[in-house]
Amino acid sequence: MRLDWMYWTVPSAIFFSAIFLMICGMLAWEIISPTVERTGFLKIPTTRGTRFFIGLLGTAYIHLAWIGLSDWNLWFAMPIAVAWIIIVMRWG
Amino acid sequence: MEKWEDNRAWFLVLPVFVIVAFSAIIPLMTVVNYSLQDIFGPGNAVFVGTEWYKEMLTDKRLHDALARQFLFSGLVLLIEIPLGILIALAMPKKGWGVSASLVILAIPLLIPWNVIGTIWIIFTRPDIGLFGVGINSLNLLDVPFDHTARPSYAWITLMAMEVWHWTPLVALLCYAGLRAIPEAYYQAAKIDGASKWAVFLYIQLPKMRGVLTIAVLLRWMDSFLIYAEPFALTGGGPGNSTTFLSIYLVKLATGQFDLGPAAAFSLIYFLIVLLFSFIFYQALLNVGKGEKAS
Repeated sequence: MRLDWMYWTVPSAIFFSAIFLMICGMLAWEIISPTVERTGFLKIPTTRGTRFFIGLLGTAYIHLAWIGLSDWNLWFAMPIAVAWIIIVMRWG
Repeated sequence: MEKWEDNRAWFLVLPVFVIVAFSAIIPLMTVVNYSLQDIFGPGNAVFVGTEWYKEMLTDKRLHDALARQFLFSGLVLLIEIPLGILIALAMPKKGWGVSASLVILAIPLLIPWNVIGTIWIIFTRPDIGLFGVGINSLNLLDVPFDHTARPSYAWITLMAMEVWHWTPLVALLCYAGLRAIPEAYYQAAKIDGASKWAVFLYIQLPKMRGVLTIAVLLRWMDSFLIYAEPFALTGGGPGNSTTFLSIYLVKLATGQFDLGPAAAFSLIYFLIVLLFSFIFYQALLNVGKGEKAS
């Protein structure tokens, strides 16, 4: 199968592999201990999957805001994004 | 007895998964790849990192298009939702009038979107259009009406077209919601001597909440992604006054063939749509939940 037309780059391949692995991890976690719906500081009933989605969406916005609003290195946005995911997953 | 789980049903979902992979996930991956590179031609691409994102996020034309998009979608909701409710309330409840009004309301919804643009071009043309010739013969405007000449005229034409096209959907949804209210509520209101306004505020509006949420969701998303009608009617002009996000995106991608910036723009657009879809989806899920508690 030829994939030239998709113009793969190493960073985007790592990005999608990471997302794929995270989804697999979520699946394994769900099989081992099924999620229970609850309401956290987001004030909406969420399952683990919903919080994961909100976390990922938030990280995308954090990175975009970093690129759009500052000239600093994008890597500095990474800890903020990771902290955001952890906060949402734990207390969201 | 141990519970036995049959997971074979997952195989039935597999075809959908394959279709979504080919129609959405693989193209999306390709767009992400494009957004990180400057593509000069087949097989000739240079990695540029987040440069296109920076360019797009600080692009004034994109900010303007986004502001226009929010204004347009906001106006659409502000006009279409109340108007739809009013039409639904005014519609006959029995007799031949029901079928007649349903058919009349459904007509705009059945016309292909780009044909609607063409209909409105002809309707508002200052030389042959019924509306254009009619309003100009009244001599009320200091500049003769022509939707290609002035941004305000283009917006008025576009809003009129949008309202004509999609208010019937809101009206039909509200009408369905109204018809589902049991007669006992109205009888109780009559015994209490409730005014028409009180009946609307305390019976009809709360009972329509579900359908209204769906109407708001559909109209917001559809108007946010609008392309065919303004493209046919104004092509984004005059100037850039009706260039919405999708029109600007297509100009970038196929007009100028700037695949990298267009890909970065698509992903930003996608994230905005994703965020709003999620918010509306949550609102839709939780609608009526408070009702049970009270």
